[in-house]
Amino acid sequence: MKKKEVPQDKSNLESANFRELCYAVDENGEYTTERSSGWEPKTVALNNAIEEIKERIQDAKNRVITGETSPIEYYMELHKMDVGILASYVGFWQWKVKRHFKPSVFKKLSDKTLNKYAETFDISVEELQNIK
Amino acid sequence: MEIDFTHHQSAHCENGVVSNLMKHNGFSVSEPMVFGVGSGLLFCYIPLLKVNHAPVITYRALPGHIFKKFAKRTGVKMKREKFSNPKDAKARLDENLKKNNPVGLQVGVYNLLYFPDEYRFHFNAHNMVVYGKQDDRYLISDPVMEEVTSLSEKELEKVRFAKGAFAPKGHMYYPISFPEKLELETAIVKGIKDTCKAMLAPVSFVGVKGIHKIAALIRKWPKKKGIKTANHYLGQVVRMQEEIGTGGGGFRYIYAAFLQEAGKLLGNEKLIELSKEMTEIGDLWRDFALEASRIYKNRSAQTDSYNKVADQLDHIADLEKVFFRKLKKAI
Repeated sequence: MKKKEVPQDKSNLESANFRELCYAVDENGEYTTERSSGWEPKTVALNNAIEEIKERIQDAKNRVITGETSPIEYYMELHKMDVGILASYVGFWQWKVKRHFKPSVFKKLSDKTLNKYAETFDISVEELQNIK
Repeated sequence: MEIDFTHHQSAHCENGVVSNLMKHNGFSVSEPMVFGVGSGLLFCYIPLLKVNHAPVITYRALPGHIFKKFAKRTGVKMKREKFSNPKDAKARLDENLKKNNPVGLQVGVYNLLYFPDEYRFHFNAHNMVVYGKQDDRYLISDPVMEEVTSLSEKELEKVRFAKGAFAPKGHMYYPISFPEKLELETAIVKGIKDTCKAMLAPVSFVGVKGIHKIAALIRKWPKKKGIKTANHYLGQVVRMQEEIGTGGGGFRYIYAAFLQEAGKLLGNEKLIELSKEMTEIGDLWRDFALEASRIYKNRSAQTDSYNKVADQLDHIADLEKVFFRKLKKAI
């Protein structure tokens, strides 16, 4: 990549006001660095990934409303987690976390367990039990 | 207190922390030099693991390896510590700052508030330097950022004790002794040999073979997984290749920069020639990313277009095979 070809497309980096460093060659063939504000192919990839996460959140929310899953799954998706990551934050086995997705099991969870989830998601137990 | 520490932005966090800590201690070592000596370049598909619900491939060595290999090959001694208790982790950090010693930390990205929201994923192998503390805020030199920043005690604790794969467990590291003179020449040769070995490894998911493997998978994805999932997977491949930290082209440009610098240092013309070749291979990786983005952009691609990007990868793999064989002989 030539220095003057380092892409300066619009991207999500703008919101944080920073540019990333790229390596490129100058007109004498010497390696140098140049800051890039973004490159469209990866901005599209990132936006698609975010879109995907939003769909997962919405889907989980719908299933909480219809009583198919507990709010724990919704908050897990909201925090871009999967079962493995959530399990390591709350300190349970993965199968146990999955069991807590069952609304009937969720209803009977102890305060201690609920607190663990609430703390992980940085919300109150009240918010955990009643999603907006 | 604030340690007199100069922040230099880098493409990748791990190289950047090493390079910045070396510079702080009076050794001028560039980011590409750290990357090359530490054998950072790689291609690896990690079977069975999924991140963000998509397969994982990496264009670089495992987190921490660049650092470890660089230190070993240059004779720099590192102190590394992990903690089970956040209080101990904080006390040890404060102790070092009091002694005017800036330290490297491994942290999770998800709770790094100065990152744009869209970039905050559960990735736990990010690196930064802490170089002071003012009014209960830690002064942070994050190598991928243009400027220095700061985090509160609570915020820093959260990222140091992020959970999940590669959980940092408060991981802190800093150099404790240096050789009298940095012997880069032998370190460069070791670094290059190691990279050639990895890239030409007879393992189906590593190096050149790994690139062919991903190409084969891409051909299968649309039929096996459906267009939507295939595009999601393809998007992840591009993000691993180009997202913040690789310097462009899946670290190929940084590696080309290293070969150029190494060629000059060793007086080896062949390395300088190979640097040009690596730049061209980097350009092909960029072309692949561009072509792949056309597929996942319009979301209604034909199987043909997946075959086309897979062909591009097979071509790159063939070129890299020849390249690393030549590189092995050049030193």
